[in-house]
Formats: sequence, structure tokens, C-alpha cells
Amino acid sequence: MKEFTYERATSPQEAAAKARETLGAKFIAGGTNLLDLMKLEIETPQHLIDVNGLGLDKIENTQNGGLRIGALVRNTTLAADMRVRKDYGVLSRALLAGASGQLRNKATTAGNLLQRTRCPYFYDTNQPCNKRNPGSGCAAIEGFSRQLGVIGTSKACIATNPSDMAVAMRALDAEVETVDEMGRTRKIPIAEFHRLPGDSPHIETTLADGELITAVTLPRPVGGIHVYRKVRDRASYAFALVSVAAVVQRDGSGRVAVGGVAHKPWRVEDAEADLPKGPKSFSARLLADAKPTTDNAFKIPLVERTVAAALNDARQQ
Amino acid sequence: MKFDRPAEANPIDRMQVVGRAHPRIDGPLKTTGRAPYAYEHHDVVTNPAYGAIVGSAIGKGRIASMNLAEAERAPGVLTVVTAENAGKLGKGKFNTAKLLGGPEIDHYHQAIAVVVAETFEQATAAAALIRVEYAHADGRFDLEEALKTAPLAKDPNSPEKDAPPESRTGEFEQAFAQAPVKLDELYATPDQSHSMMEPHASIAAWNGDKLTVWTSNQMIDWGRTDLATTLGIPKDNVRFVSPYIGGGFGCKLFLRSDAVMAALGAKASGRPVKVALPRPFIPNNTTHRPATRQRIRIGAGADGRIIAIAHESGSGDLPDGQPETATNQTRLLYAGANRLTSMRLAVMDLPEGNAMRAPGEAPGMMALEIAMDELAEKLGLDPVELRVRNDTQIDPEKPDRPFSQRNLVRCLREGAERFGWTRRSATPGAVRDGHWLLGMGTAAAFRNNLLIPSGARVRLERDGLVVVETDMTDIGTGSYTIIAQTAAEMMGVDIGKVVVRLGDSAFPVSAGSGGQFGANCSTSGVYAACVKLREAVAQRLGFNSAEATFSDGHVMSGNRSAKLADAVREGELVAEDKIEWGGLDKSYQQSTFGAHFVEAAVDGFTGEVRIRRMLAVCAAGRILNPTTARSQVIGAMTMGAGAALMEELAVDKRRGFFVNHDLAGYEVPVHADIPHQEVIFLEEADDKVSPMKAKGVAELGICGVGAAVANAVYNATGVRVRNYPVTLDKHLDRLPEVS
Ligand SMILES: Cc1cc2nc3c(=O)[nH]c(=O)nc-3n(C[C@H](O)[C@H](O)[C@H](O)COP(=O)(O)OP(=O)(O)OC[C@H]3O[C@@H](n4cnc5c(N)ncnc54)[C@H](O)[C@@H]3O)c2cc1C
Ligand code: SF4
Repeated sequence: MKEFTYERATSPQEAAAKARETLGAKFIAGGTNLLDLMKLEIETPQHLIDVNGLGLDKIENTQNGGLRIGALVRNTTLAADMRVRKDYGVLSRALLAGASGQLRNKATTAGNLLQRTRCPYFYDTNQPCNKRNPGSGCAAIEGFSRQLGVIGTSKACIATNPSDMAVAMRALDAEVETVDEMGRTRKIPIAEFHRLPGDSPHIETTLADGELITAVTLPRPVGGIHVYRKVRDRASYAFALVSVAAVVQRDGSGRVAVGGVAHKPWRVEDAEADLPKGPKSFSARLLADAKPTTDNAFKIPLVERTVAAALNDARQQ
Repeated sequence: MKFDRPAEANPIDRMQVVGRAHPRIDGPLKTTGRAPYAYEHHDVVTNPAYGAIVGSAIGKGRIASMNLAEAERAPGVLTVVTAENAGKLGKGKFNTAKLLGGPEIDHYHQAIAVVVAETFEQATAAAALIRVEYAHADGRFDLEEALKTAPLAKDPNSPEKDAPPESRTGEFEQAFAQAPVKLDELYATPDQSHSMMEPHASIAAWNGDKLTVWTSNQMIDWGRTDLATTLGIPKDNVRFVSPYIGGGFGCKLFLRSDAVMAALGAKASGRPVKVALPRPFIPNNTTHRPATRQRIRIGAGADGRIIAIAHESGSGDLPDGQPETATNQTRLLYAGANRLTSMRLAVMDLPEGNAMRAPGEAPGMMALEIAMDELAEKLGLDPVELRVRNDTQIDPEKPDRPFSQRNLVRCLREGAERFGWTRRSATPGAVRDGHWLLGMGTAAAFRNNLLIPSGARVRLERDGLVVVETDMTDIGTGSYTIIAQTAAEMMGVDIGKVVVRLGDSAFPVSAGSGGQFGANCSTSGVYAACVKLREAVAQRLGFNSAEATFSDGHVMSGNRSAKLADAVREGELVAEDKIEWGGLDKSYQQSTFGAHFVEAAVDGFTGEVRIRRMLAVCAAGRILNPTTARSQVIGAMTMGAGAALMEELAVDKRRGFFVNHDLAGYEVPVHADIPHQEVIFLEEADDKVSPMKAKGVAELGICGVGAAVANAVYNATGVRVRNYPVTLDKHLDRLPEVS
């Protein structure tokens, strides 16, 4: 780990301003991802701005019947919130499918959205990786890629976004609220929040330099049956090979977002028209442009089967 | 004491302390954090400096240049040691590759430098500042490719030094060709990482030319000897201390880079130095269980009796390395007149392969016991019945050599009964529970009993305490407890009156912990020392030691009785002895047996495999302590479940390293993977193996588990996977329809 300086911010805007003006500054929330990366010198911030204690840890009802989740709300708190469990069950289930109890107690909403990939080459600083070290190449594409992405990938990077929470938020059409150094706020639809790797896989979101996430808002509940199905080699405490967040209505229509396949939660709204026809035609459209590697080609049928499992779960509830 | 005749009745047979379920005597120390592990001997050295190891960034080649300047200038740095300035170093007898590499690089993450600094943070930060230019060389990283030209290899540990590399009995080829029912299949097991909880760690401190190393090592004397060899100093100048060990599974059998680099760093800095290997170093810097490619051919009569059996295995290792002895158990497990086993060893440039829990046996049985399941299906026989039919009470290669005790059949029968095996459907893919496909599988467990000399010193102190000292280690296994039980039984005292001191090269050399020989051999060594101490006590008290009984703190003979404490009123008594082994393992095949039963569920949609219950029935001689023995077996079953379902070091064949080199990438089972385990021990006492009449269980427990799981998965799905681990991608496209 490299030496760094540390400060506690006093307001969201001040935090954003400090982040923008200080060379090599980063926010720290729960620290469960950032500190691990710093120990391995994958991230080397020179300055940390602690955004705990800015009052961003509340869950509030919004005027239009939705929910506003503070950026610093812990994953445990969010998963256990009665409003979330009742109206946004897919989110609660996705959170509980992630990490471990101890980690969820620390992990925050914003930190979870911004957690970095689990590509094993990204984690080994001896290896070329365009995401860690832009321009150095990608060791994974012709290497061990069983966990990695099958769609929306590029010649520069095939990593996946490992978040479970974000997949559920994508199905729920969440919006990310931010503030910048001037105090200006904006709302970014979750669909536009994470980027595809393209030729700059080190830029993972559409956040501007120093922009601070203050909350995530959920629109009015959409009803339906909420299912989160996470597929992995061991029963717990593992990142998804593939995951499916589904909200299914009685008439068979619904929304489905998929994790473990791309650089962002993968959802194709147009394909959802095919949901009533069953998992096969839906998945075919969802993954129409997929380019898997030999190692991870199994994810294509696995997505279809996991969608089928989720629809089956929904039918049984 | 030389053990060269079967044991007669002895004080252990009373089983007043031995054989009882005693909780670990070191448990309270561990649960309260007062058992110091290698990195935590805060009291022994004040003012330690910290060492951070730099590992090679390439798999094969040489260091073209190394720039230390920036690291040396970094805050807090005391010294940087590399092969260039370390002086001449030897290589330990048990090490395949050098523990400090450079300029030649033998494998990825081979240590090439240690940076010593005032703090841990300074050392790790400075280690990242060393700039290394490498000249890459082409390495041999592809096992399939390397095996194409690999020669036959002998088992380096076989006592039969002149035996040919292929072991043959009868006429395999001919018998196989004529067999009415045949099986001929290929199986693969991957490289696996021990992934023990505590990484390798050492503190080294020099006092003049004397070196003390507090470390985490299963075999004190091997480690101490190899450290002396590596540093080129007399063995007497090295003290190795390892009282508590957070798991090893074979990864800590040998001297590793933590101890060498701590010693070199301490020498160069003039300070005691602490070094722990970071978790991501464990798979590539240390040792692993090598991958195997195995071919099994079995020919049987229609009655299920094996006529011909062949097992060939290939594995790879660094130059001068060893084969994974995956075919050894096939030589002994089942009857059959025509037999062939052989191994091939490919020279490769991946990190060093070496022993991991049941080396050879575990991957060999993973293949053999699937093959038996497949053969049973071909024969239309129940898999339990097939194994029973092919039981043998003699070494199939040497008919005049019986097993000392072999209750495999009872294990299988009793296990089948307890598990509800009759509820298994003989037709695979036929049982459902909602969208889950259910199946049951079984496999034999089989691990040999190894005999290693083992010494101990026992002292009866004036306050009545019995103090046992031996360099035996407790790697989480329960050695402290079973040794205390042995001494308590022998001296007739309460276990609370026994103090056990382990893991210090100042104590008599023991068997150490490995190959499941630790429990039997080390307690036998303590037994031998206690026999001597009893003689000394009897003599002081004027008893005939042959007739005296020791019980309840008293010594009795005829109608005379004296307090044990009376013997030391004038001064303590000390006795030292070691157990040595005669030829009983030549005249008898000594082994442990078991049967595993597993019920598995496979998600019909996603192919995910989840174990529902596991049972092991073990026949392993006298069980010294059912609690600690059970812990060993359930731990081994858990590891077997990991081997079956998830554990695999992924090889990058271009870059030559194990890619998933941390516990996020290398998955081992978590609690949710292991819902229900049951262990049953048959009541046995094997008088041919030792005065304790005990064998080991720790490796028996893993042998066969993987195959029992794989067979259960097959029974659930009807899709046979012969390539471990059995992950969902390997059967997904062939699963039966569910919905
Ligand atoms: C062993 C392990 C297993 C895990 N398993 C899973 C799993 O199965 N599924 C899963 O989804 N996740 C898993 N995780 C990841 C976990 O969910 C994340 O580590 C966690 O959510 C990160 O939140 P944090 O608050 O600790 O973020 P931090 O580590 O504090 O920060 C992460 C990033 O977010 C930035 N950041 C934080 N707050 C803000 C803000 N308000 N505005 C702008 N930027 C901000 C930081 O600068 C940093 O770059 C696992 C993690 C570990 C260590
Ligand atoms: S896939 Fe992306 S994260 Fe992984 S090595 Fe390539 S560039 Fe790096």
C-alpha cells in the first residue's frame, strides 16, 4: 500500500470540491473494495475523502411514491428495510445474495455501485490489464476467462461488473443522484450510469471527476413478483457466474436484467416483449450480439436456463 | 523401543483416557487468542523489523536487471536481500526449486528479493518499488502437451528401489481383451491449492551464529535441517519453534521462502525479522497438488469379479520433481489376477507440485472410484455390491502378504444401511424434488498406514505433573490432546495433570504431522517414553515394573500401593525414548478403510450441484479420541467436497502461472455447501501397527469423497463428468428437462 493522506468531508458539496481539486483523491465509504485494492496497489490514491458522516445514510419516501436511498446506507440496512422488502423484493434479495454478512454491514449503496471488476488479471499487478494500466493490453482475452463477459465486450477488455445490487436496480429503473463541486445535482438513469469498456475500460461510469453520489432513487413500485436468481459454483460467498433479476407480472410480462455477463447490468427492454413467449426467445434477443470466449461460452445457455429458473420461481410464488 | 512384534495387552487397552471423547486441551488458549501463531510471538523478540517478499513476475526465464535503488531509499527500509547479495545458498533436500530465485527464474512468484523495513507497511510499499527487467523464456506450462513425451516414473517413496517403473502382475493386456465386461476411460484432476487458513509465516532472530526461527511448519526436523542446508550453517545452530499451526495440509511439510527470507533479512539487517506470505502468493510461491491425467481400464466377469485392472497416471513437475502417485492405491484396493499400474512424469515449469492431504491417494481414488461406479452400471450391479465382491484380504500383488486388518466390507455394508442406500434409484436421472434432480453416490475410502520413528521425553515433576516434550506438531489436528491422553493413560493420572509441549527442535525428534502418520507414530513415541518412565518410577518405589499398574495417581502391585508422587519426593524423574519400527509393515499391508456416501441435488435449470448429506464409515484401528478424529474426518470430507465441486487452480498456459491465486478466485467450500455430515468409526484395534493399535484418519477421510460426490451427481443427472471439478458448465447442455 502506498502512503496517503486522509480527511473527513463536512458536506457533500465540499467533498466533491475537495475531490476535484486534490490530485489523486478518492472517496472512501465502507472501504470494503477500495482498501483491498489499495493493499494490492491496484488503486493508489494519494488522498482519501471519507464521506461517512455526511447524513447520506437515510432511506426516505419520495413525493411520487418511490424511495430515496442515501449513498451511505449500508447494504444490510437496505436489504432489511420493510419498504424495500415489500415493494422492491428483488433488490433485497440481490443484496442478500452478495458478499457476506460482515461485508454487507460495511458496504454502502454508492460503494457497491462503484465496486470494481473481479477479473483475476486485474488483481495481479504483474499482468497487462487495460483497466488497471491503460494501454498495457488485456491478459484475459486469450487467458483464463471463465468468469468474464460475453456481451458488450471490446478488444480492450472483457471484464464484468460484479455487483448484485446493481442488477436489481437496473430491473427497477433506479436513478443515481449526484452532486458536483459547484453544488449542482443531477440524476443519472442507471442504464446510463455504467459504461461499456470500449477502448477505455478504465473509465467505468459516466460520473464526472469528483462527482459524488448522494443517493439512489427508485420509482414508484411496479408490483409483480420479484425474483433474484444467482448462479455460482459454491452455495454462498461467491460472485455470480450469471444472475437474473426479474420482476414478473401475472400476465407473464415483466422486466429482466442479467448480471455476470457484461461490463454493466445487462438489460434489453425490447427483448422483454418476448418474455411471455418463454426464456428461449427472450434470451436469444437479450444476447443477440454475444461474443463469448471458449472458456465462458457456457454462459449463453446458462442465461437462458437461469431466466427459465427465475420465471419458474415466479410462477411458484 | 522397537516395535517388531504384534502388540500384546498393554496399559492403553484399559481405555480409561485414550479412546474417550476429550475436548482439545489447547482449545481454551485458541478461543481466547492466547495460543501464539508464527507471526504472533510478540513476547520473544522485541523490536522486530518486517520483511516483504518480491515474487517473480514471469513463469520462466531470467532476471535481466534489477533496480533496487528506489526501494532502498524508501522510508524505513533497512535492507534489500536478493540472490546477488545473499551469499552462497544451498538447496534443501525437500525443496525442488530454490526458495530464493535469481538470476534464473524457475517459476512464477518464486521469491527474488525480500525488503526489510521498520514497519510492515513500509516494507510492502518499498517492495513494489523494485524494478525488474526479465528475459522471458519459453516454458512448459501445458500438461497435455508435456505428457505426450513424458517418460515413465517410479514412486520415489517406494521401499522397492529396484522395482520396474511399471508394476505388472499376471497378463493384463490379454486378460483385459478377453474380459466379458470392459471399462476404458480417461479422468482428469486439476491442480489444487492447500489454502490453509494461516499463510506461511516466520520470525527469525540471530544471536551470534545461532539462529532461532518461530515458524509454522508441520515437520520440525525436516525444516530445521533444510534451513541449515540452505544457509550453509550447522544444524545445531538452528532452532525451529512451531507450537501452533493454523493448518497445513502438506503445504507446510517443507521449509519455504518465509523462513529463508526471514533468516536472510535478519542477518543482513541485524534485527529480528518477521515475514508472512501474502495470500495471493500461496498458490504460485509455495507448493500445490499437481494435476493428473489418468486412464483406467477394468475388465470383469459377468459376476462382477475383476479379471484385469490397469491404472495409468500422468502428472508434471519442475525439473527433479516427483510424480503424483495416483495409481498406488489401485495396486492394493481390489482383487484381480492381472494388473498394471504406471506413472508418467512430465517436466514442466509451473510452480512446485508436492504433497497435499493424501498425496496420490486423493486424486487416484477420485478417478478409480468413478471407474468402479461406471463398471457397476455396465454390470447391472449395485456399486456397493461390486466393491464387496472384489474385496481382498491379501495384497493382490503378493498373495502371502495379508492386510493387518481390513474391514472395508463392513464399512460399505454398515454405511449403506445407515444412509438408506436402498432408496437409491439404479436408473440415473430418475428422482426429482421440485426442480432439483437427486442422486446418491458411494465410494470406498482407502489410505495406507505409514510408520515413521518418533521420539518423546516424559518428566514426572515433583508437583505430580507429567510433562511431555516432543517436536511433534499440532496443525489443528488434536495432537496436544491425544498425546496428553496417552501420557495420562500410561502414568495413571488425570489428563489435567499432563502438560504437553510440542513443536520445538529442542525436544526429541518426532514423526511430525503428515501422511496421517502423526497420531499413531507420535503417541507410540510417547508410549515408549512412558514405559521407560514407569520403569524408573517402579524402581524408585521398589516395585517390579512388569507387574505394577498405574492408576488414579497410584502405583499398585499385588496388595501394595504407593502414591505416584512418592516416586519424585527426592527429585523429578525423566525418561526419553523413541518408537522404531520393525518389519511388520513388510509382512502385513497396513491400511485404513472407509466408505463414503453422498446425496447430491442438481438444479435442473442451472446445473448447480449442492450436497445434501454425507456419511463416512471408517475402520482405522483404535480411535484415540472420537471428537478430534471426527473433526479430522469431517474436515477431510469437506475438502473432498471442494475437490469434487469447485477447487481448481486455473493455469494460464501462455504466461505460466496459476491465475486464480487468492481465495476469491480459488473457491473452497463454505458452510452453506456442507449441510449435513455424519461419521461412524468401527470399533477396531490393530495390534500389528503399533502399541497404540491405532492408525490415522485424517487422510482416509478425503480419499474417495470426490468420487462419491461425482457418482451422486451422475446418479442425479445421468451425465457422467470425468473431469474434476464437476462444475455446472460440464453437464449443463445434457441435463434432463425440468419445468
Ligand atoms: C470478499 C468479498 C466478497 C464480495 N462478494 C460480493 C458479491 O457476491 N456480490 C456483490 O455485489 N458484491 C460483493 N462484494 C463487493 C461489495 O459489495 C463491495 O465491496 C461493497 O459494496 C463496496 O462498498 P463500500 O462502501 O465498502 O465501498 P468503498 O470500498 O468504500 O468504495 C468503493 C468505490 O466507490 C467509491 N465511492 C464510495 N462512495 C462514493 C460516493 N458516495 N460517491 C462516489 N464515489 C463513491 C470509492 O471511491 C471507491 O472507488 C464482495 C466484496 C468482498 C471483499
Ligand atoms: S478483461 Fe479487462 S480487467 Fe481483465 S485483464 Fe482484460 S482489461 Fe483487465
